[in-house]
Amino acid sequence: MRPFTYERATSVAAAAKAAASVQGARFIAGGTNLLDLMKLQIETPTHLVDVNHLGLDRIEKTDDGGLRIGALVRNTDLAADKAVRRDYAVLSRALLAGASGQLRNKATTGGNLLQRTRCPYFYDTRMPCNKRQPGSGCGAMQGMSRSLAILGVSDACIAQHPSDMAVAMRLLDAQVDTMGADGVARSIPIADFHLLPGDTPHRETALKAGEIITSVTLPKPIGGTHVYRKVRDRASYAFALVSVAAVFGKDGSARFAFGGIGAKPWRTPEADAAAKQGAKAVAEAALTGARTTHHNDFKTLLVERTLTSIYRQRETRA
Amino acid sequence: MSSDHLTRRGLLQGSAVLAAAAPTLSANATTPRTIGANAMMPVELTVNGREVHLQLDPRTSLLDALREHLHLTGTKKGCDHGQCGACTVIVEGRRINSCLTLAVMHDSEAVTTIEGLGTPDKLHPMQKAFIVHDGYQCGYCTPGQICSAVSVLEEIKAGIPSHVTDDLDEVAISEAELRERMSGNICRCAAYPNIVAAMRDVAGEAKA
Amino acid sequence: MKFDTPAGPNPIDRGRVIGIPHDRIDGPAKVTGSAPYAYERHDAAPNAAYGWMVGSAIAKGRIAAMDLRAAEAAPGVLGIVTHANAGKLGKGSMNTAPLLGGPQIDHYEQAVALVIADTFENARDAAKLVRIDYAAADGKFDLAADQAKGVKPDGGDPDTAAGDFEAGFAKAAVKVDQRYTTPDQSHAMMEPHATTAAWNGDKLTLWTSNQMIAWGVGEVAKTLGIPKDNVRLVSPYIGGGFGSKLFLRADALLAALGAKQVGRPVKVALARHQIPNNTTHRPATIQRIRIGADKDGVIDAIGHEVWSGDLPGGGPETAAMQTRLLYRGPNRMTAHRLVTLNLPEGNAMRAPGEAVGLLALEVAMDELAEACGVDPVELRIRNDVQYDPEAGPQRPFSSRKLVECLRAGADHFGWAKRNPKPGQVRDGRWLVGMGVAAAFRNNLVQKSGARIGVDAKGRVIVETDMTDIGTGTYTIVAQTAAEMLGVPLDQVTVRLGDSRFPVSAGSGGQWGANSSTAGVYAAAMALRAKLAEQAGYPADQALFEDGLVKLDNKSQTLASLAGRDGLWAEDSMDYGDLDKRYAQATFGAHFCEVGVDIDTAEVRVRRMAGAFAAGRILNPKSARSQVIGAMTMGVGAALMEALDVDTRFGFFVNHDMAEYMVPVHADIPQQDVLFVDELDDKSSPMKAKGVGELGICGAGAAVANAIYNATGLRLRDYPLTIDKLLKAQAA
Repeated sequence: MRPFTYERATSVAAAAKAAASVQGARFIAGGTNLLDLMKLQIETPTHLVDVNHLGLDRIEKTDDGGLRIGALVRNTDLAADKAVRRDYAVLSRALLAGASGQLRNKATTGGNLLQRTRCPYFYDTRMPCNKRQPGSGCGAMQGMSRSLAILGVSDACIAQHPSDMAVAMRLLDAQVDTMGADGVARSIPIADFHLLPGDTPHRETALKAGEIITSVTLPKPIGGTHVYRKVRDRASYAFALVSVAAVFGKDGSARFAFGGIGAKPWRTPEADAAAKQGAKAVAEAALTGARTTHHNDFKTLLVERTLTSIYRQRETRA
Repeated sequence: MSSDHLTRRGLLQGSAVLAAAAPTLSANATTPRTIGANAMMPVELTVNGREVHLQLDPRTSLLDALREHLHLTGTKKGCDHGQCGACTVIVEGRRINSCLTLAVMHDSEAVTTIEGLGTPDKLHPMQKAFIVHDGYQCGYCTPGQICSAVSVLEEIKAGIPSHVTDDLDEVAISEAELRERMSGNICRCAAYPNIVAAMRDVAGEAKA
Repeated sequence: MKFDTPAGPNPIDRGRVIGIPHDRIDGPAKVTGSAPYAYERHDAAPNAAYGWMVGSAIAKGRIAAMDLRAAEAAPGVLGIVTHANAGKLGKGSMNTAPLLGGPQIDHYEQAVALVIADTFENARDAAKLVRIDYAAADGKFDLAADQAKGVKPDGGDPDTAAGDFEAGFAKAAVKVDQRYTTPDQSHAMMEPHATTAAWNGDKLTLWTSNQMIAWGVGEVAKTLGIPKDNVRLVSPYIGGGFGSKLFLRADALLAALGAKQVGRPVKVALARHQIPNNTTHRPATIQRIRIGADKDGVIDAIGHEVWSGDLPGGGPETAAMQTRLLYRGPNRMTAHRLVTLNLPEGNAMRAPGEAVGLLALEVAMDELAEACGVDPVELRIRNDVQYDPEAGPQRPFSSRKLVECLRAGADHFGWAKRNPKPGQVRDGRWLVGMGVAAAFRNNLVQKSGARIGVDAKGRVIVETDMTDIGTGTYTIVAQTAAEMLGVPLDQVTVRLGDSRFPVSAGSGGQWGANSSTAGVYAAAMALRAKLAEQAGYPADQALFEDGLVKLDNKSQTLASLAGRDGLWAEDSMDYGDLDKRYAQATFGAHFCEVGVDIDTAEVRVRRMAGAFAAGRILNPKSARSQVIGAMTMGVGAALMEALDVDTRFGFFVNHDMAEYMVPVHADIPQQDVLFVDELDDKSSPMKAKGVGELGICGAGAAVANAIYNATGLRLRDYPLTIDKLLKAQAA
């Protein structure tokens, strides 16, 4: 962990300004991913702006019936929130499927969106990695890629996005609310928030320097049956091989988002449109353009099977 | 061959850029607690009910502040990356991984460690139950398991759901709930069923 | 004391303290965090500086140049140890590669430097500034690719044979001939390798985490080129070992070198992400098993061949060992072949040999059972043999209760309810199956010593360099002393893990419990003689109970006999040839029920049970914990544990605890353990055997067999992960 200066920000505007004014500054909230990476010098901020005391920890109704979730709401609190449990159960479920109780007590809503990949070549600083060190090559593509992405990947990078929460947010069409260093607020649709790797895998989000996430806003509840199904190598405390977030309407329509397979939380309108044709059709639609290695090619089958499992359980419960 | 690539690169253990000098902060930034890199920062904690004042390198994790500065070595370092749970402590009433947080981020906060739960002469009921049910072997993950176990029972009481909660509004204690909620505490000796038995015992649900 | 004839009745048989499920006496220290581990010795080395290891970035080759200037100039740096300044170092006889590499590099993450600074944070950062240019060389990293290059390893019994295997197998009515593979595995104990080192003149003290104190002293002395008398190892608490801490490792050597260089105590803990590649691991295996039987499943020919890899000078994973002894059959062979690889060093991990050998053999037996149409429990009973089948009836087992274990376990588990036809049982989304596997682990005995005394207050004190790695040593040693001297358990103090104490067996090979308590038995017999003599009673007639030494209706207290200075005795237990004349082993039977998701192939263990015969169970509570812990490691081996090899760069890719999967709470359900009554009078006066490793032996195979019973999918490439199950199903 490189030396850094530290300050506790007292207002959102001040935080954004402070971060923009120091080259290499970063916000720190829960710290569960940032400090992990700083210890390995994968992240090397020169200055930390602690945003934990900005009061962005409220969950409140919006005027149009949606829900505004403060960026600092902890994963535990978001999952347990009464309105979230009732109206956005898929989000509760996704959060609870991730990490551990301890980590969820610390990790924040904003921070979770910024979680970086678990690619083992990204994590070992002696290995080539275009995301960590642009231009150094990709160690994973010809290496051990079992856990890595099959959708949205590029010749430069096949890292997977590790978040569960973000998959549910993607499903729910969340908006990421920010404030820039210039004091200007904006809202970024979650679909545009995470960037695909392309030739610049080190660029991961639409955030600009100094721009701080203030809240995440969910549109008004869409009802339906909410499901989050996560398949992993052990029963708990593991990243997804494949996860599926789904909301089913009474008429059999549905929307789907996927984790563990994409360079970002994955969603396609084609998959939603195939909902009434069943799991196989949804999988086929979702997996259009999938690019696999011989280590992770099972994920295409696993997506289909996970969807099958979800459909089967719906039938069982119906 | 990839090893060629490595050779030519002339590996620096870190990245290609040497540590930058401490940045100068612009004058207009609101920086009430900013001081130079490498400089010590004052941190005040209430640890196990006792107020302590420390001067810490901002890089110091809460875990290292406890172990290396306060010599409270009951809290363990197993992985230092939030992957094992051995460092679990209770901060402001909530269990967290003390390895993945900086001590300076907890200025003025209250921390409970295993030493604060009980002592050999005055054991916490959970500590006692771990002994009775043999909820440990090598003992290294044990303080973290116990801090988690105490917190888990509180979390269930508070109605916080888990991954295995069927109805998110109906939170109740069960073996499956305890196992899921304790999964962030790895025990390689694998005293898992014994730990669950100890927790049920404390929860007043001892298995006959 | 020499143990060379079977034990007769002795004071241990009273069973007033021994054999009782006492709580661990070290429990209060462990549950309150007051038990000090190696990196926590602020009491003993209050001014320790912090060392951070730098590991090699290449797997094979040379260091072309090292530039330490930036690191040396970094804040707080006190010194840097490298091969260039460490002086001439020897190599421990149990280390395959030098613990401090350079200029030659033998494996990825081999230590090449230790950066020492005033704080942990400064040391960790400065280590990143050590600049190293490497000249990489090509290496061999792929066991399967180089399988054919395997050679017969030195020593051991790489090839064994009896009868005529090829002829027997050729004419067998029913044959199994399959290839199985097991991956490299990591011990993943919770406490990283850690040492605090301090020099006082030419005397070195290492507070370290080491299973084998006397080995450690010898290896430190040899590596540093100093007399053994100048080395003290202290290791009272060890946060898990499983074989990873049997040997001197880089943390201890580097701490010693660092402390010397900077002239003050230095402590070093390996970072978690360094451990899998820097330290030892259980090597991957390729195994071929051939079994020929008659139509009733009675084995006529059995052959087991094993290929594994290691660094030059390393050894094989002896995965065929159990096949020499477990089942009958006049025609038999085993063979081990060793492939030279440049991956990190392979070595012992909990039940080396058997743990992975049984992952293969016990699946092969399941395949034989199916081929013959014989129940798998019954098949194993039919193939029981009460003597060493290589040597013949002249070498009987000292005690062998495999059949009793199979029957007791099957009964308890409800085996009779199993549907022998795979894929038939559904419970909601789960396909449910049951599996069985035999457990087998050799019983090894090792010379072990102890010192035992009674102080003026009548308190009994035991000192031995034996270690407690979570095994319950403190408690069973205290129980042994209490039983022998007739005092309650809380009147015994046990001091372990210090090289100033008599040399013990140490913790390894599941010999620790039996051997170390036998050493305490020997010392206690010597002390009993002294106490009896002091009392004026004939030693063989004196009775030790209630804190008294009694003869007829006379008695004297231990305290009064010990006098103001106390009374001490020291002895060790040494062994004759009973383990040559008798085959000695522990046995058991694992039963497992799994659910396999009908769609996603997620596997969940639903329940496990096992019955075990391991001689006298010294403390059923801690012994049970040992067994369930080992069963869980078996579940890990079956379902998730594997170090993934990058065969281009030559390293284990998933080198942390997020990526190297071990079971968590949610993976492990109810686990029942039955101990079958057994006293083995040819093992030691304790009539005990080891149990700490038996529980892993066969556990994973029971899981694999249950998966087959649930799904009809027979996988032979461990671990049995979702991707493999899905592909097998789709095939």
